[in-house]
Amino acid sequence: MDLAQLYRDVIVDHNRSPRNRGKLPAATHHAEGDNPLCGDRLRLDVELEGDVIRDLRFEGSGCAISTASASLMSEAVKGRTRAEAAEIFGSVHRMLTGELADAGRLGKLAALAGVREFPARVKCASLCWHTLNAALAGGHDPVTTE
Amino acid sequence: MAAAREAAVALDVARVRADFPALARRVNGHPLAYLDNAASSQQPAAVIDAVADYARAHHANVHRGVHTLSQEATALFEGAREKARRFVNAASTAEIVFVRGTTEAINLVAQSYGRPRLAAGDEIVVTRLEHHSNIVPWQLLAAQAGASLRVAPIDRRGVVDFEAYLGLLGPRTRIVALAHVSNALGTVLPLADFVAAARERGIATVVDGAQAVPHLAVDVQSLGCDFYAFSAHKMYGPTGIGVLYARESVLAGMPPWQGGGDMILSVSFEGSTWNHLPHRFEAGTPNIGGAVGLGAAIDYLGRIGIERIAAHEDRLLEYATGKLATVDGLTLVGTAPVKSSLVSFTVEGIHPHDLGTVLDSRGVAVRTGHHCAMPVMEFFGVPATTRASFGLYNTSAEVDALVDALGDAIRMLR
Repeated sequence: MDLAQLYRDVIVDHNRSPRNRGKLPAATHHAEGDNPLCGDRLRLDVELEGDVIRDLRFEGSGCAISTASASLMSEAVKGRTRAEAAEIFGSVHRMLTGELADAGRLGKLAALAGVREFPARVKCASLCWHTLNAALAGGHDPVTTE
Repeated sequence: MAAAREAAVALDVARVRADFPALARRVNGHPLAYLDNAASSQQPAAVIDAVADYARAHHANVHRGVHTLSQEATALFEGAREKARRFVNAASTAEIVFVRGTTEAINLVAQSYGRPRLAAGDEIVVTRLEHHSNIVPWQLLAAQAGASLRVAPIDRRGVVDFEAYLGLLGPRTRIVALAHVSNALGTVLPLADFVAAARERGIATVVDGAQAVPHLAVDVQSLGCDFYAFSAHKMYGPTGIGVLYARESVLAGMPPWQGGGDMILSVSFEGSTWNHLPHRFEAGTPNIGGAVGLGAAIDYLGRIGIERIAAHEDRLLEYATGKLATVDGLTLVGTAPVKSSLVSFTVEGIHPHDLGTVLDSRGVAVRTGHHCAMPVMEFFGVPATTRASFGLYNTSAEVDALVDALGDAIRMLR
């Protein structure tokens, strides 16, 4: 069990100083996510212009993995189309479940690769992505990892 | 006098630890420091062996066969009931109903005692400290009956406001449901006072004793409660077995909860007649091996002595409280003057879930989360806490391991 693989410098940095934190007054879509196991709550605001994620912000309380994952996601999908965001989520999901051989091409998101050694924490890392999906789908029910 | 003498000889923790095979484990390269006893405690070899011996040599169905094994199984099962009776000083084994655990016991009371009696406008009183298992069954009952749930508040220490509680006891209050010891904060309720106030007003009293029985002597007759529930797995016994104590005069007036075998005297399509107490409330083949294990756990606690255990745990709690005060940014959640041996806390800038992972990497097992007590978390304005809960086999060295691991987490994550 190598904690340094879980709490890599990028993760610790994004947990200490999350990017794109806050509310987005111009949001066109939003969703709330909930991880009942640890009490994580996430609210995501998304501004969609046509098919492109123009901007997004998140807020809430969560563990380092959940906060860093949301922060990294916000950087990764900003300026991307919905289809591109969905493709990135697909790769992240495969990385978290150990099915992605080469995480390197995910860029900074590859910092989450260590999570796969900690099955109890996979939900923490994927909460923000499920919440983004819910926001883009226009759903209003909070999503939950349970 | 006997109790005082017993406590005077300190618990030999090294000897006790040798009784628990799981404590010899290493976890992630470190000696296991098992500090999650409030969730579930480890089992001594005496319990494991008793359950295994039953399965190897004496297993059969109970209360049925004339053959030898069935008689042996019945003797073991009913023997465990007598041990449970003595353990809480019930007047009769008719008052000892075997259940799956505390949760099932409370649901049984809500549905069998509460549902036929409660009407629209009636009230059920609980405290802010309750575990979800002593909230949700009453919410279900309240919805069925059109009754309402009233909640006695707590203060910033996690102490239930007795005056406010008295104020809630009104002409429509039918049931009071109380945790003897809070699982999230460790607060010990002055239970006899709370029960007496309800009894004076003719209100039924239900006690969730899951967190109390491994730490303090329980005497249901002196407490005066109508119902007292506990689980074996929090007192060094197996999972899936627990006890509902119910005052015989109250139990006698309750209809069966579940129907099936063993709870009847006769069945015909014109109607059935119910078995005697407590069997009327034990439909189906029970958890015989579990009951045997519970009996063995009761014997084990009796051999060590609950007063000696309490003295040991009080010392550990005092030591842990002092050591944790030295951790930078640590805030204790739950500081009642009378507490059971657990510490619930937050560490500034570090989420409990991350603490739990770092602690586990150092072999320290704690619980992180809301502890199935979300109203308590909401009161303190935290989504979750980290909880270290001590049992009879824990040591001050394990508290040190906890504190050292907290330091590692702070260096790594803050």
